Order: sequence, then structure tokens, then C-alpha cells
Amino acid sequence: MKKLLIILLLAVVGYFLTVSMSNIKFGANRMGDLSQPKTVGAFYLSKTPGELSVANVITAIVVNYRGFDTLGEVSVLFLAATGLGSILYKKKKKGEHIPTVNKPSSALLQAGSKLIFPAILVLGAYVFIHGHLTPGGGFQGGAIIATGFLLMMMSYKDFTMNHSVITWVESLAGITFASIGLIGLIVDHSFLENFLPIGYINDLISGGIIPLIYVAVGFKVAAELSGVLDTLLSIKEK
Amino acid sequence: MDTIDYYQIMSIGVYGSAIGLILIGLYAVLMKKHLTKIVIGLSIIDAGINLLFIAIGYISNGTAPIYSSQGIDLVKTGTPMVDPVPQALVLTAIVIGFGVTAVALSLVIRLYRHHNTARIDQIKSLKW
Repeated sequence: MKKLLIILLLAVVGYFLTVSMSNIKFGANRMGDLSQPKTVGAFYLSKTPGELSVANVITAIVVNYRGFDTLGEVSVLFLAATGLGSILYKKKKKGEHIPTVNKPSSALLQAGSKLIFPAILVLGAYVFIHGHLTPGGGFQGGAIIATGFLLMMMSYKDFTMNHSVITWVESLAGITFASIGLIGLIVDHSFLENFLPIGYINDLISGGIIPLIYVAVGFKVAAELSGVLDTLLSIKEK
Repeated sequence: MDTIDYYQIMSIGVYGSAIGLILIGLYAVLMKKHLTKIVIGLSIIDAGINLLFIAIGYISNGTAPIYSSQGIDLVKTGTPMVDPVPQALVLTAIVIGFGVTAVALSLVIRLYRHHNTARIDQIKSLKW
């Protein structure tokens, strides 16, 4: 009976989703002419190269046009990491180390992950430094760096993350983001205003404050995700 | 019916799979008894909604909204780029989805520690 009701509910939801989506033609050009932008997307596409000289329009939207949004997003991530830590908190004995894996992994995996770990870190740093030129950015690069730390945690039993270092990196990155915004408020009378020279498009140093903010976001996300993974992996069995 | 409408088929495929993912996730949330499976259902709904957003922003023959040095001139002549706004929104939504999943999983772990089971039909007492 319950199953029947749920299937009925799913059918209703699916029907209305399908009906509403059938009015939106897939692949239709809803942007219009870019020289006289009428939609928000067309506005961003036409203004980004001239105003910010940033190649990646999505980075321009996320970091500059909606930079305040991103500050909130980063604080949501911080809140999630902190909430996870406080929900799963259990007092450790002094000097007690909880292994992240129960069995030691094979020598092949250990040697391989030691070899590949620096390369993952470099790839992550590349992704967030070039966030305004290529696909990618702070969040993606931070996630890549966190996968490197996950690999080390899974293959080495005694791999520990220094939590005070994580906290420092996270706080410094957050403070950098907020203070860049505040400098913009002081210099140009608007929070997160782009006060640095924008340079030429497709240069590594272009776009004013956008690369600086994305590097800070990359460090912050990497530290937070690594902290979350470390908390989840070193849960104490009772 | 001389030519097969390519975009008609694509729209059925992309919208259909996005809506299908949402429905599968909703089914898992409503039907499953194990809390971990419910959390997995929530992240499946997330994936479906993100796919739907990206599909709405797509423009036929559009390129990624990233300018190359030739691309700046191409835009003036009218080569389409896909809508960047849904992609920026989805970037935000993925991060928030990660936060939701992490906190939900930590609550599941706490419940398991307290009740020794993660099945909601076996958790009888409402007392924490």
C-alpha cells in the first residue's frame, strides 16, 4: 500500500517535471544578440572580456560579479567542516593515534602513492592558479589536492594530518578573501570591488583580484576537505 | 519525417535522464530504510538537479564560455557560447551538496553509535 502511494507520488512529480520541461526547447538560443545583451547570461558574456579581461566567464561570475555569494558559499563549507567535527567529536587520550585504515596496505600501493602524491598536489595548484584562464578554479583545485591527501591516508596507516596547520591555512585563506573585499570597499567604495589593474586577456596575471581570491579559495577548500576526510576516516570505534 | 531531428532525441535523452535521476533519488529517500541509502538518495537528487540546470543552459553548437585569443573576435561574429549563469550556479550547488552530504553522514554515524543500528524501522525510542 505504501509502495503504491509512493509510486503514485513519483509518477505525479515526474509528470509535472516532464510537462514543464517540454516547453523549454533543448539547445534553443535564448541568449540573443551579444552586442545588445537582453539576458543576464548574455550580459556577463559580453562584458567580461572588456571589463575584467578574464578568459573564463564562469570564474568572472563566481568570483567577481557574484563574489559576495562565493564568500557565503565558502563560509557554508567552513560551517559544514566545523559541524562535522563537533558532531563526531570524541575525546582522545593524550598521544593516542587512531589509524585511518585497519590493515596495512601493500608495498606497491605505498610506493605508488608516494610517487603520485606530489604530482596530484602540483595538478591541484595548477588548476586553481589557472582558474581564470582554463576550466577549473579554486573549488576544483582544492578538491584535487584533498584527493591526494585521501590517497596518502588510505595507503599509510600512520599518516597524520596536523590539525593546527590545517586550521591556520584555512583561517589565513579566509582572512585573505575577506580583507581583499574590505580593501575594495575602502579604495573603490564597494565590497569586493576589482581595484587592481586588469591587464590583458589570457595572461596569467590578469583580471585584477580574481586570481588572488581564487588562490585563497583553493587553499581554503583544500584544507577544509582534507580536514573533513581526516575526521571521517579517524572515527574512533567504541 | 525526412530527417531525424537530432535535438529532439537529445532533449529526450538529457532531460529524461535528469528527471530520471531526480525520481530515483526521491524513491530512495522515501522507500529505503537504511539511513546511508537515504543520504545516497539525497546526493542522487542533487546530481539530477545539476544535470537539469546544465541542460537548460545549453545552446546548440555552443562552446564552453571561455574566451581564447581567437574567440574574442568570433563572438563579435556571432558564434554562440552556452549560458554561463547555470554553470556558475551549479558550481555553487555542488559545494553546498558536499556540505549537506558530509553533515548528514556524520549524523548517521552518531545515530549508529547510539542505537547500534542505522535502520530507521529498528530505531524505536525517540529519546536521544
